[in-house]
Amino acid sequence: MSVLVVVECDGGEVKKSSLEVASYGSQVAQMLGTTATAVAVGEATEANLAKLGEQGITKVLYDSEPRLKEFVNGAYTKLIATAAQKEDSKLIVLANSNIGAAVGSRLSIRLEASLATNVVALPQTEGGSFVVKRGVFSGKAFADVMLEGDRKIIAVKKNSIEALHEEGKTAQVESFSAQLTDADFADAPKEVVMQDQAGGVLLPEADLVVSGGRGMKGPENWNLIEDLAKALGAATACSKPVSDVDWRPHHEHVGQTGITVSPNLYIACGISGAIQHLAGVNSSKVIVVINKDPEAPFFKAADYGIVGDVFDVLPKLTQAVKELN
Amino acid sequence: MKFLVCISNVPDTTTKITFTPDNKEFNKAGVQFVINPWDEYALTRAIELKEAQGAGTVTVLNVGEADTEPNIRKALAIGADDAIRINAHPKDAFFVAKQIASVAKEGGYDVILMGKESIDYNGFQVHGMVGELLSIPTVAPAMKLDMSGNTATLEREIEGGKEIVEVNTPFVASCQQPMCEPRIPNMRGIMTARTKPLKVVEPTTDAPRTEVETFALPPAKQGVKLIPAENAGELIKLLRNEAKVI
Repeated sequence: MSVLVVVECDGGEVKKSSLEVASYGSQVAQMLGTTATAVAVGEATEANLAKLGEQGITKVLYDSEPRLKEFVNGAYTKLIATAAQKEDSKLIVLANSNIGAAVGSRLSIRLEASLATNVVALPQTEGGSFVVKRGVFSGKAFADVMLEGDRKIIAVKKNSIEALHEEGKTAQVESFSAQLTDADFADAPKEVVMQDQAGGVLLPEADLVVSGGRGMKGPENWNLIEDLAKALGAATACSKPVSDVDWRPHHEHVGQTGITVSPNLYIACGISGAIQHLAGVNSSKVIVVINKDPEAPFFKAADYGIVGDVFDVLPKLTQAVKELN
Repeated sequence: MKFLVCISNVPDTTTKITFTPDNKEFNKAGVQFVINPWDEYALTRAIELKEAQGAGTVTVLNVGEADTEPNIRKALAIGADDAIRINAHPKDAFFVAKQIASVAKEGGYDVILMGKESIDYNGFQVHGMVGELLSIPTVAPAMKLDMSGNTATLEREIEGGKEIVEVNTPFVASCQQPMCEPRIPNMRGIMTARTKPLKVVEPTTDAPRTEVETFALPPAKQGVKLIPAENAGELIKLLRNEAKVI
């Protein structure tokens, strides 16, 4: 038996969140006295899959079926279930992404496994029990959850585990076929529409985030947010009131009823810090708040703060980043 | 067309989360419970589709003890036709999914809708489990849902974009914004909700597969370091040299 790790690939590259998942899986494998095997989904290259050795993966299973490049729930679920059976895996680790959650929940029924999503730390395995820490109440709290049974599935939250980098180690890439048929692709999407990235960074995968609130006064001022984000290589985000009035698209809405992010750096510009917004960002490693109101509740949750006008402060910050680079 | 909408009873989004002294349970004292905000999209969209079709029913399903009934009545006031409450504490996602699947099998529903996740336990699991238990497709998370005959066209959010997906009934979808503008009850709805049927059903004997041992709050921040606005550039130096994040 080995630990099975699901790695998501895009445009030939392994996603950063999946490097963390691979590192998580190989560390648990070591705790359990076994090895970690990966199964790749999405568009991958053999060279990049072999590099998963740096994250402690011994072997990578890769099905080169071209229709697996895009997410298809039925096909991905069968592919991973087949890999789990082949490897006799009692533990499957995936990313807590839209793909990981969709596939993980189906797999848990098919493989009769217990499932924990939104996991933020390595398990505690003392005394034969298996306990993981996961985020609950939309980032407002954590729960230690015991997983019952012989088979377990874990979905790991992005940026909660440091990716390993053991230079020069390589994994053996093995071609593998799950014998997928047309029926497995019945729920394939008709069309995939990607947002215009324009060189930008995807919010769910971002290490750095610059976010704007109502204090930005209108969508026409978002160039100030975008300039700083571009200089830093950061993604842009916004608060709920901003997406509610369509200043920004809803997929940028960070908070309890939007997306939860946990970047290394979150810069909040003109956001007062309602409890629902804080829930979506408080697992960020460093929080910077810029607000002209010194009483804004967000300052209590911040590491660094500037009491000042965003229209005055943001250009100065962008300039300082450019000078530093 | 028969719609089944699954709703959770969760603490209002403004709730400050605290736990009992042994950290084993969420402290409900003084907390206002609401319909899970994601589920409101599912409920309103089901009602809109039923109205557009001019026929059909919207049934609301909740797994919860008697104290969830005010929010079930609220869903009826918003426009659902009838409700089912599975009389049990929602122990974990697997337990809840088994209850939903059991009701769905018996009721022969065409469309099963729910929110993307509940804002308390944030599992994002139940929709996939229900789909798998019933061997029908699940589309999650869905931002848009239109029906034409027995075929649904949905927009599914993916990291960095969206997919257009077509499925035939029966199917499961988990809903999120901007699917619709969630409705609030009007006076007529509140009056009629009182007499709409609410059936209480005992749970299946399925055991949960996970158990919460303890809860914990995130560690408090050390306190904010303020940088004068006229010296804003100093912040960038601190982020590089002190916090080491850029």
